[in-house]
Amino acid sequence: MSTVSPAPAGGPPPAEQHDPTASAVSLEARDGRQTGLKAIFGGGEAASLRVLIVLALIWIVFTIANDRFLTAGNLTNLTLQVAATGTISVGVVLVLLLGEIDLSVGAVSGVAGSVVGVLSVQHDWNGWLAIIAALLVGASIGLLQGSIVTWLGIPSFVITLAGLLTWQGVQLKVLGEQGTINISDPIITNLANTFLAESVSWIVALAAIGLLVGGTLVGRRRRAAADLELEPFIRLVVRLASISVAILVAVYVVNQDRGVPVSLCILIGLVIIIDAVVTRTRYGRHVLAAGGNEEATRRAGIPTKRVKTIVFVLASTLAAAGGVLAASRLLAVNQSSGTGDVLLLAIAGPVIAGVSLFGGRGSVWAALLGALVIGSISNGMDLLAFESSVKFIVTGAVLAGAVILDALARKRRLSQGRS
Amino acid sequence: MSTQTQADAPRASAGAGPLLRLRGVTKRFGAVQALADVDLDVHAGEVVALVGDNGAGKSTLIKAISGVGPADEGTIEWNGHNVKIGAPGDATGLGIAVVYQDLALCDNLDVVANLHLGREARRGPFMDEIAMEREARSLLDSLAVRTLRSVRAEVGMLSGGQRQTVAIARAMTGDPKMVILDEPTAALGVAQTEQVLALVSRLRERGLGVILISHNLADVFQVADRIEVLRLGRNGGSYAARPDQRQAVVAAITGVSEDHPAVAPAPAADAPTTHDDGAPA
Repeated sequence: MSTVSPAPAGGPPPAEQHDPTASAVSLEARDGRQTGLKAIFGGGEAASLRVLIVLALIWIVFTIANDRFLTAGNLTNLTLQVAATGTISVGVVLVLLLGEIDLSVGAVSGVAGSVVGVLSVQHDWNGWLAIIAALLVGASIGLLQGSIVTWLGIPSFVITLAGLLTWQGVQLKVLGEQGTINISDPIITNLANTFLAESVSWIVALAAIGLLVGGTLVGRRRRAAADLELEPFIRLVVRLASISVAILVAVYVVNQDRGVPVSLCILIGLVIIIDAVVTRTRYGRHVLAAGGNEEATRRAGIPTKRVKTIVFVLASTLAAAGGVLAASRLLAVNQSSGTGDVLLLAIAGPVIAGVSLFGGRGSVWAALLGALVIGSISNGMDLLAFESSVKFIVTGAVLAGAVILDALARKRRLSQGRS
Repeated sequence: MSTQTQADAPRASAGAGPLLRLRGVTKRFGAVQALADVDLDVHAGEVVALVGDNGAGKSTLIKAISGVGPADEGTIEWNGHNVKIGAPGDATGLGIAVVYQDLALCDNLDVVANLHLGREARRGPFMDEIAMEREARSLLDSLAVRTLRSVRAEVGMLSGGQRQTVAIARAMTGDPKMVILDEPTAALGVAQTEQVLALVSRLRERGLGVILISHNLADVFQVADRIEVLRLGRNGGSYAARPDQRQAVVAAITGVSEDHPAVAPAPAADAPTTHDDGAPA
């Protein structure tokens, strides 16, 4: 830079003469102020907005192609279809935030479904006990895999790949010679096959909106009292209004058919809880930090190994929960539960919805949005009676596009970040 | 030196004595003698620059002070008391903060989150973002970090000088008495270097002891009170940071004789006549 330029007569280097203390430490982001739409949907919401646009495009295309796509009945089906995979994806998001991967989630969901089936049908366990047992099996698997990954420093890719094979074998063993178990316990089957009564669904929807708006306004008042920067009011109103309208419209539409599926409530509830953990608690902050710069996080005195191990435990537990939902929806488990494209779609969903594979960036809501994108593609092409070959190719292309976007965004950040 | 070199003399009163006093620090890596009998004093409100060529032992000395690589022999006094620094936690406990060259920031988190990493304020089960943001602002204000648009900017989007500023501010969150800066201006442009040096001056004004490691003599002469030269793991002399000392410092770093003795393996007391302006008795 100008230090080596042959400055005439020992004078100070030109052009850099502004008062150092003034510009000093201006922490202004380098790309300066944002304008227009970007200001309204800036920062972390940009990725969510992008995926909503993609989702809207997909829905428009399929609606044009088949007028049955955008009916209450089909949209209800869609939510039923995505509940299990979306639940698995919630755990996948956590692992991705660490910059790790868990390839065993599909197999773990299969094992959990099998455990529920065997305990409920062959051993006459109470449905709830069987479900808890399945979740505990998932948690133990996560503890084992997470411990190996963090304490021995083996790449998660390899260990969870070994897990994928191992747990598939365990699943076959658990199911035994029969290979298929039909589940009849209503406690289990009701999870994915019941709907909220219309009145209840409206109460839930209004309560959710009330909590959202109330919580946001209380938070805003606290910030104002503390004399801190406030989100532009217009942006706040636009955001809250669009979310509220979306909730009301969605509830109205599914109520034209069978109503709000309980399994969808479970998925959204899990998303809200895990999102709060990630964005609001110290533990979640440490997960994001470890995903961003593990060495810095360790030096800050954070027990990164414990943080990471717990993430693997949560991921496997959520995968088990997804397996239970899948078993509930199909009223059965068999040797192919949790195999095939379950794993791939559970990972592809969050990535399509903007969770970075490089760690540290993304929202838990991507689990829901990504599952909706993939579910819509699959559902729409089923309606159009496409072959599964086409379905795979299209889904693959969408995934590739999403990953390329992520890589490009990362490249841009790197070139902006360091000078 | 104005205070006598009595390594073992206990000093009850902190008074005017140095904040940190190293005597006879020695460190070996196998057959390699990385540090041999090194002495160093740092007073509160003083910026001591530690200079030397590559391999002179600067990093090894810093690691001995920060506890990352404890010394084999020698004594460390902190506020007049003998202390043992055997692990990074010991140094942190005493009030010694280190800003490493790689900064150790999380690019994906914002300024507030980085400043509080590992020390997040809590309110019930959740983090108290408001308290953390206020604290971040008052910390940056106290370091005269003004014109700050947003403490919610992602650190990865900041410039090199801004990142260095965040790293130094982060070291200040533990309310340390001494800050060690490892090459804070390496890879910074001219304007950004000025910003960081201005910040170093402010640390001195707040009464902190500062050890500044740098290759850049221009920076060193601009901001330091005293310059300690390390050469081949030994004290190479102590100089006042005055422009007329520049030749002498360069000579001491390179070991080339100009108007000073060639190599200076002697302790600081035998160093050239200009030593020790930093500690008027």
